[in-house]
Amino acid sequence: MKLVCPAGNLPSLKAAVDKGADAVYMGFRDDTNARHFAGLNFDDRRAAEGIQYAHRHGADVYAAINTYPQPSGWPRWQAAVDRAAGHGVDALILADIGVMAYATRHWPDLRLHLSVQGSATNDAAIRFYYEHFNIRRAVLPRVLSLEQVRQVAANSPVPLEVFGFGSLCVMVEGRCLLSSYVTGRSPNTFGACSPANAVQWQETAIGMETRLNGVLIDRYEKGESAGYPTLCKGRFQACGNTYYAIEEPTSLNTLALLPELQAMGIEAIKIEGRQRSPAYVARVAQVWRAALDACRRDPDNYRPQVDWLTELARVSEGSQTTLGAYHRPWQ
Amino acid sequence: MTTHTPKLSLGPVPYFWSRETLLTFYERIAFSPVDIVYLGETVCSKRRALKHSDWLELATKLQAAGKDVVLSGLTLIEAGSELASLKRLCREQDLLIEANDMAAVQLLAGNRPFVTGPAINIYNTRTLSVLAGLGLRRWVLPVELSRDTLADLQADRPAGVETEVLVFGRLPLAYSARCFTARAHNLPKDDCQFRCLDYPDGLLLSTREDESFLILNGIQTQSARTLNLVSELDDLRQLGVDVLRISPQSLHTDRIIQRFHDCLRGDCSTATAAAELAGCMPVGPCDGYWFGGAGMESGQSDDAQDSRHEIR
Repeated sequence: MKLVCPAGNLPSLKAAVDKGADAVYMGFRDDTNARHFAGLNFDDRRAAEGIQYAHRHGADVYAAINTYPQPSGWPRWQAAVDRAAGHGVDALILADIGVMAYATRHWPDLRLHLSVQGSATNDAAIRFYYEHFNIRRAVLPRVLSLEQVRQVAANSPVPLEVFGFGSLCVMVEGRCLLSSYVTGRSPNTFGACSPANAVQWQETAIGMETRLNGVLIDRYEKGESAGYPTLCKGRFQACGNTYYAIEEPTSLNTLALLPELQAMGIEAIKIEGRQRSPAYVARVAQVWRAALDACRRDPDNYRPQVDWLTELARVSEGSQTTLGAYHRPWQ
Repeated sequence: MTTHTPKLSLGPVPYFWSRETLLTFYERIAFSPVDIVYLGETVCSKRRALKHSDWLELATKLQAAGKDVVLSGLTLIEAGSELASLKRLCREQDLLIEANDMAAVQLLAGNRPFVTGPAINIYNTRTLSVLAGLGLRRWVLPVELSRDTLADLQADRPAGVETEVLVFGRLPLAYSARCFTARAHNLPKDDCQFRCLDYPDGLLLSTREDESFLILNGIQTQSARTLNLVSELDDLRQLGVDVLRISPQSLHTDRIIQRFHDCLRGDCSTATAAAELAGCMPVGPCDGYWFGGAGMESGQSDDAQDSRHEIR
């Protein structure tokens, strides 16, 4: 299985390549990609340098152009496809049918991957993108159980990439509008969830409050460490209880599932986190490189090593990890 | 004054209602002035108050009452059994099918005309054109898109494709593998005990300062506030929208349909209707998406409406 690592900027790209990533994925500095954060992503000069660096070290580069253009913004998405193709990326990661149609027509030799934002959770949906746009790989949303992944893998017309580690979306990607409901900006339209410009941190008499466009996402007592107010990971009230009604602030970690994923024929493991630091990317890439190598050498005796898990737990959101939807009881 | 009069549709029931509740509900709908009725379960495959054959029987009855009927497919297709059910649905040759997952688009494309629901991401003209070439007959505007984006899409709309816009109802916002209703009751999804039956309009989630925020509806999350675009009817007509969708709720659905119908016929002012419809919302109104803002916002339509009244 290939290791696909996040590259939010040039130092992260180099860190991932240095630590053994088979491929890195990057985006341009605008709303054409799903990590449209201030100070992140690549201009043309750095993209060229990054791609050259990766290729010199034997790693592939994928360009994520995986948000949904509206008519008024279309030229940016078209330009992103042309720029990525011009730079010689190894694949485009796309979500929108219109962008795929454009890429297929104008860059017929360029390899296309279906983004997780394409929201294909079954083999029939994947087949649509394969038959019409000749996608060569599909990234699965983080909502399937391991058994469901197995079924999709067995019937999919193209190899699959699954998420291995990082932030966890509890909602099926590409069809979650919670962020725009609260802030006007969503992953689909703007390339960000719970965007920073809408966040407020307020120290109050009853604790630190985090808000998103005025909506109280969570309140932390003294001694509790306050997390970023990703709106599905706050504490809310339902049925008279106050709890993480949608999802806890945890990270996905599927290190324990590698032999099964490998046996299913999963082609690539994706590490989330283009918004994280180069040091984070280096640590996570190093652990996952070691794990994938160990699993490839001897899947029967593969066990996640304690120091791998310790290392990953240190950098995880909320310092907790979960198998997420892969593990049925989580659902 | 435009002459174009959109049709009214009733979207699929998003909640888990009992068989009796559903049958009674649609008996009333048969007598309401709605033109198109979408039938079927779109949220959770475990909800089987009506069997496939029951839905077909209901479709026949509604057709006899003069309604155009569309069968709606499930929105999030994960299990093999769900895909198998969707395949059976897509073999119903006599009825139009609403695709709510790309799996359904794949099963229908090139074979027969189809409709796409609000969770199929048609955000631009190229996407609309690709799907039009594959048999798209009608599409529902994704709920987070604005009036201005709709105007752009309408300007270059492929021939033969109708546009439908949700104008009243709670907004469908997200779908998950996890069942949030079961979670609220500390039950595993696989043993949910059909708790959704206890919440005919979904389960309210509030912030820690008691602001009504979202609705947990099994694996679906909705807005707590109810979208209401009745004040925008003139604009919707000007934009050439073909179908206006009302989403079912446990109370007042026929009254809501009647008011929209009255407004379209000119028998009722939108201001009067807006005032009455305000009483048909469990929490309150929202219309922010329409104006390009946050979906939860509201009030802009009142301003817009006031200014239009002055123009008249």
